[in-house]
Amino acid sequence: MPELMQFLLSGVTVGAVYALVALGFTIIYNASDVVNFAQGEFVMLGGMITVFANLAGLPIPLAALIAIAATAAIGVALNKLAIEPARGAPVVSLIIITIGASIFIRGVAQVVFDKQLHRFPAFSGDTPIQVMGATILPQALWVLFGALCVFAGLWVFFTKTLTGRAVLATANNRLAAQLVGINVNWVMTLSFALSAAIGALAGVLVTPITNTSYDVGIALALKGFAAAMLGGMGNPIGALVGGILLGLIEALTAGYLSSVYKDAAAFIVILLVLFFMPRGIFGKSSTDRV
Amino acid sequence: MINKRLTLLILAVILIASPFFFPSNFYYRIGSLIFVNGLAVTGLVILIGYAGQISLGHAGFAGIGGYSCALLPVHLGLHPGPAAIVGALLSGGIAWLVGRPILRLKGHYLAIATLGFGILVAMVLANEAWLTRGPDGIDVPDLGLNDLLELVGIDLTNSQFWYWFSGLVFLVGAWIALNLYDSPTGRALRALHGSEIAARTVGIDVARAKLQAFVISAIYASLAGSLLALQNQFITPDVAGFMHSIEWVTMAVLGGAASVLGAFFGAAILTTLPQVLTVFQEYEQILLGLVMMLCMIFMREGLLPSILRAVRGREK
Repeated sequence: MPELMQFLLSGVTVGAVYALVALGFTIIYNASDVVNFAQGEFVMLGGMITVFANLAGLPIPLAALIAIAATAAIGVALNKLAIEPARGAPVVSLIIITIGASIFIRGVAQVVFDKQLHRFPAFSGDTPIQVMGATILPQALWVLFGALCVFAGLWVFFTKTLTGRAVLATANNRLAAQLVGINVNWVMTLSFALSAAIGALAGVLVTPITNTSYDVGIALALKGFAAAMLGGMGNPIGALVGGILLGLIEALTAGYLSSVYKDAAAFIVILLVLFFMPRGIFGKSSTDRV
Repeated sequence: MINKRLTLLILAVILIASPFFFPSNFYYRIGSLIFVNGLAVTGLVILIGYAGQISLGHAGFAGIGGYSCALLPVHLGLHPGPAAIVGALLSGGIAWLVGRPILRLKGHYLAIATLGFGILVAMVLANEAWLTRGPDGIDVPDLGLNDLLELVGIDLTNSQFWYWFSGLVFLVGAWIALNLYDSPTGRALRALHGSEIAARTVGIDVARAKLQAFVISAIYASLAGSLLALQNQFITPDVAGFMHSIEWVTMAVLGGAASVLGAFFGAAILTTLPQVLTVFQEYEQILLGLVMMLCMIFMREGLLPSILRAVRGREK
């Protein structure tokens, strides 16, 4: 029993990170129909900028804030310089653009920072906490707390504020939103900033547990994309459920079956889910108009 | 756009004339890599360009083709040549099995499903060390065709042999793809690319047509993987990796996804580019990412169609 508890706890922690990355995918997808493969690089940037700002002498909270703000700015730049000029391009071209952006950001990070593994101290020490016979790191609680805050905050933002509703309206129907006076370009900028900031926050929270380096982004992007698809692309609740589910599947596979195939389990489950539910667990069914 | 015979003529002239400009043996090696990539990309032209379906996992089939050439000789004592054919049939069979459920998906859902397939293949190749010798790779036996040519008096260096052999295989592949374009299957594929519902209303079996394109492109990728393994005489699971799939898709789209000639130019550019960029050392990745983004932003339809349009625009 403690064994299972241990797997569940680590699965939920990893899952929370996947959920945050998936949420980043979802927000950008809703605003612009683009699947942003550079999403993982935002997580990398969050961690790396915090590490180097901290090395430069800034306290960690300030370094983290700078990292999140800088990453948000990079997200906006990505939208303005690469996504907006390519408006209306086919899906494959947009996928290649964002993969190109991800290679570019990784290349810059490798030159500006270095190729070493980095970490900074956990927020509240490294003494494990006992929960029902299993142990959990205090930092894992920070990850869960952070993810919870982000999801709660976004829920309030999307349902209670005018700006949030404008974003939702744009996601539903771009042209109609434009017709009722919503500045659609501004909504896109906001979405990229928000999504990059969420990715960076995930990077800041998880770096003390997993360490970071210039090349952690690509794996996270694939997992986050998988989680978003598992839940149903474009649905924030789907991102949350998909992320946690993916984390749990990986942890349980690693624990009970085989640790080398934990990544495989995630993709097998996705293939199975898509066979039976071609639009993900929470995906809306749609009809084609001719 | 550019007709079939002209395309084949241009490709044949490039194949035959290029060696006159090669300053060293090394260039034969690059040329042969271009043809190998060109073959896989031609397969993707059928899938992406004709039928409009995405795959981010075709390197998985290259892995199957490549490892067939390594494993069948070791475990079953098969000659590597027939092993490549068996690998291609195996890839086609797997594509047929996997394609049936996967191809019901559209757009990004198809992208993640094919991506998952490719990653699974790469993972099996890396982890089943009892079969594949694991992540460090495995030796591939010599094809032996070059020695045979030596017996009849044609004396080629290894790189030269592989340049001509890959070039010929690529030309055959291009010829088949070009013939397919105007065949009933090709027309069906292009029709469903435009609109699946419209294609269905004129009596096209959409699921079957898509599956055909998927299987054909898988066989192309598998043969490319085999050629790569045979000429390197070595293969690692990286051949099936995600980045390899992306590389091929980028080549296809960069050249102009619906054109075989474009596929060749896309392959030529992206195969040569890293060789040129190594001069810039640590800035290599930055430049590669930049080229990918700029090409897709400014030449959405791909290099060749964009250039053709510019030329035609001037004539008017």
